Amino acid sequence: MPTLSLMPPEFSVARDDNKCIKCLACVRQCGFDAQKYDAEDDRLYTIDANCVNCQRCVSICPAGALTIYKNPPPMRPNAHWTEGHLRNIVKQAETGGVLLTGMGNDQPFPTYFDRLLLNASQVTNPSIDPLREPMELRTYLGSRTEPVSREERKDKTKTPLVPIETPIMFSAMSYGSISHEAFESLARAAKAFGTLFNTGEGGLPADLYQYADHAVVQVASGRFGVHAGYLNAGRVIEIKIGQGAKPGIGGHLPGEKITAPVAATRMIPEGTDALSSAPHHDIYSIEDLKQLIFTLKEATRYQKPVSVKISAVHNVAAIASGIARAGADIIAIDGFRGGTGAAPTMIRDHVGIPIELAIAAVDQRLREEGIRNQVSLVAAGGFRSSADVVKAIALGADAVYIATAALIALGCHLCQKCYTGKCSWGIATQDPYRSRRLNPEIGAERLYNLLRGWSHEIKEMLGGMGINSIESLRGNRLHLQGVGLNEVELKLLGVKHAGEAM
Amino acid sequence: MKKVYARPAYCMNCHLCEVNCIVAHSRSRDLFRAYKRENLRGAARVIVEERLPLSVAVQCRHCDDPRCVAGCISGAMVKDPETGIVYCQEDKCVGCWTCVASCPYGAIRPGEKNGRPVPLKCDLCREADEPACVAGCPNRALVFEERRAGA
Repeated sequence: MPTLSLMPPEFSVARDDNKCIKCLACVRQCGFDAQKYDAEDDRLYTIDANCVNCQRCVSICPAGALTIYKNPPPMRPNAHWTEGHLRNIVKQAETGGVLLTGMGNDQPFPTYFDRLLLNASQVTNPSIDPLREPMELRTYLGSRTEPVSREERKDKTKTPLVPIETPIMFSAMSYGSISHEAFESLARAAKAFGTLFNTGEGGLPADLYQYADHAVVQVASGRFGVHAGYLNAGRVIEIKIGQGAKPGIGGHLPGEKITAPVAATRMIPEGTDALSSAPHHDIYSIEDLKQLIFTLKEATRYQKPVSVKISAVHNVAAIASGIARAGADIIAIDGFRGGTGAAPTMIRDHVGIPIELAIAAVDQRLREEGIRNQVSLVAAGGFRSSADVVKAIALGADAVYIATAALIALGCHLCQKCYTGKCSWGIATQDPYRSRRLNPEIGAERLYNLLRGWSHEIKEMLGGMGINSIESLRGNRLHLQGVGLNEVELKLLGVKHAGEAM
Repeated sequence: MKKVYARPAYCMNCHLCEVNCIVAHSRSRDLFRAYKRENLRGAARVIVEERLPLSVAVQCRHCDDPRCVAGCISGAMVKDPETGIVYCQEDKCVGCWTCVASCPYGAIRPGEKNGRPVPLKCDLCREADEPACVAGCPNRALVFEERRAGA
C-alpha cells in the first residue's frame, strides 16, 4: 500500500451546528465509520473519505442537521478523462485489484424506455376507467402448448401454469448477498400480493419455507441450497445461466458473509467463500441444458415450471429460441441495467445489451418460429416505474422482475457499496448490528405498497389504451411509438416513430 | 394494562426513543428548544442498554406491586389505581432516591427540574394516546400493547 493516497474524498458531510442536538444517532448508524464523536471535546466530526453517500445519517437525524455534498472533481474537467476514469486508475494504482462495484450499470447508455411513448384511446375505441370497470392484471407463467380440452391431460410432462396477480415479480437476490430481514420482506410481500419472489442462488432459509409457494427457487452453477425438498417446495424452478449485471461471470460471496445461518441454508461450511462458477459444469450445450431442465422436472414430478434465466447479450434471440426448444417453460432475460451485490465494474458497465432491445428481439424471433406460446418471457434489469413495466409488456414480455426498485423501496440509496457488506440500511449485509435495522414487517409493507401503486398505475395505463387485461397488451407494439430513435432501433423494437400512421 | 414492550431483534441502537422522550417531557415540546435551551440532555425516561450487536430500550414496567412505590418515604411515587401507571407527584418528592435504588430494572434515574429533585421515570406519556418513544421509533422496536400475564 502506498503511504500517500491520491484518492480525494468523493463526498463531504455538512453538519448544521445550529440544528445538531448531538444525539449521536448519525455516529451509531453510519455503517462506514464516517461519523465520529470526540467525547473529550464534545465534538462531532466527519471522515469524508469514508462517506459513501448512503444517506443513512441524513435520514436518521431527528434534527435534519446533515447534508451530503458531492465533492467537485479533483482535476480540471475533461470529457475524455472523466472523474470516474481518474478515480478508477488511482484506485487500481493503489490496490492492483479488479475494480468491484455493486448495483446496476450507471453509465449514460440510452434507456429505450424513455424513448418509447404509450398510446391512449380516443373516440374510435373508448378508454376504460379502472375505478369503474374490472381490470385484469393476473397473468399466467408457463408453457401454453396444450390445446384446451375437457379431458384429462394426455401429456404428463406438461407443467402447470403459475398465476401471478400482477405482472411484477421480485427478482433473484440470494440469502447471503442480502440480509435475512430483506429476504423475509420480499417473501412476505410476494405472498401478500399474490406474486413471486426469487430465492437467488443461496437457497431458502428453513424458517421461510412458509412462503415457498410464492418462491421461484433458483438453481445456479454453485447449486447452493439445492435439494429435493427445496425444489419441491418452490412454485417455479429457475436455472440461472446468466445475470444482467455480470454476463459470463460467476457468483462470489466472500467468506465473511457466510455466517452460520447462511452456511446452513447454502449447505456449505461456515466462513468459506461461496463460489458459483461462470458456467454450469454440466451445461455446455442446449442439449445439456435440456437434460438439466428435465432432470428438475422429473425431480418435481412435472409439477413445477422451469425457468431459464439468461442475461441479455449479443444474439440473445437465437439463444432464447434454443432454450425454448430445450423445454423451458419460462425464459427470464436480464438486461444490462440489472443490479448485483458485487461485479467487476468494467463488466457491469460494458457487457450486455439493453433489455428493451433484447425482449423485443426474442419475442419477435419466437413468434417467427411459431414457438412463442411454448414459453413465457420475463424481462428484468432496471425497471424503474410502472410505465417501464407496461412498455416491456407491450414489447413482448409476459411479466417483469424488479430488484433494484424493490431494494430502493426497502431503503437502498444506490451507494453501490453492497460488496463491502457494510450496508447501513441493513439490506446487503450479514452483520447482525446492521441487518436488524430492517424490520421485515415494515419492509414487507413498503414492498406491498410499491406493488400496489405500480399495479394501480398499470391499470390506469391499460384503461387509457382501451385494454382491460394485461395479457391483451403482451407484444402489442401498436401501443408504442418511438421518439428520437433511428430506423434500425425502430425496426429492432418493432415500433413506428411517433406521428407515423399505423 | 397496555405497556411498552421492546423487541430487541429490531432495536438498532439509534437512541431516538430517548430523544423523543426528552422532547415529550420538555417544557416546550420542541426538539430544538428542548435540547438547545432547556438543558435536558440525559433526561430521558427510557434508556437504551447496549451490548452490541444487541441493544434494548429499558423503561419502567409499571409493576403490579412496584417496589419504588413501596419504598417511597414521602408518598410521592404512586400507582394510579385506574390506569395502573406508576408516576411521581413531583411536588412531593424529597430526592432521597430510594425509588432509584429499589427499581429492579434500573428504569429510574435521578434528575432535576426547576431546581427540585425529580426521578426520571416513564409515565407512559399519560396525556398522550401513545408514548412518544413508541410513536417515534423508526423501526417499530417498541410496541405499546396489552399482553396477558406471562405472555
